[in-house]
Amino acid sequence: MANTQAMCTSFKGELLTATHNFGTAPIRAASTADTFKAALYLASATINASTTVYTTTGEVTGTNYTAGGVTVTNSTAPTTSGTTGYWTPSASITYGSSGSPVTLSTAFDCVLIYNNTQGSVGSRPAVSVHTFGSQTITAGTFALTMPTNDATNALIRLA
Amino acid sequence: MITTTKGLMDESLLDKKEGVVDNDDEHTRWVEYWHEGELVHRSVHVHLKRNVFSEGVAAMIG
Repeated sequence: MANTQAMCTSFKGELLTATHNFGTAPIRAASTADTFKAALYLASATINASTTVYTTTGEVTGTNYTAGGVTVTNSTAPTTSGTTGYWTPSASITYGSSGSPVTLSTAFDCVLIYNNTQGSVGSRPAVSVHTFGSQTITAGTFALTMPTNDATNALIRLA
Repeated sequence: MITTTKGLMDESLLDKKEGVVDNDDEHTRWVEYWHEGELVHRSVHVHLKRNVFSEGVAAMIG
């Protein structure tokens, strides 16, 4: 046998469930999963790895779009496979419906996923930024379908 | 019936345009309906292919 230096795979998965705390963490009111939301941003905005919290600056506006975006469906817990920890929303992220269509007239190309449980209004912590080709919506719907939830394709991976 | 900027309209009254974008990042389908030269409906469905990836840095001591 030999020892091998490594980041423990279990740790990667546990990072996604807030099992470890190396600093000062929020006091959690419950051990259940937090609520995450997805907000859309204009192509002219600056949302990137430096983004720390959800912001209305650069967020899309339009008919039937509510600032802050929509709640992300999260019924699949984070897990690990091989040496990768990963998580993917368990359903598509959809804006608008046939009965409540959205109109987003200014081009947008980005969705920010953020934690709507931790922090406070105005300081909800950012999770990840995902970009796509620039779009507009006219009295319609916008749907983001998630990649396969596995170690290779999951939306968020720690490897 | 199609939701439009002018309310629900019968699809037969509208000109339909569709398109697909497929690249390493996404597979996107869009559909537009036009009425007398005016865009009255546009919906988009994006399948994200590309994820965000954070590579763990092996613990180095010393």
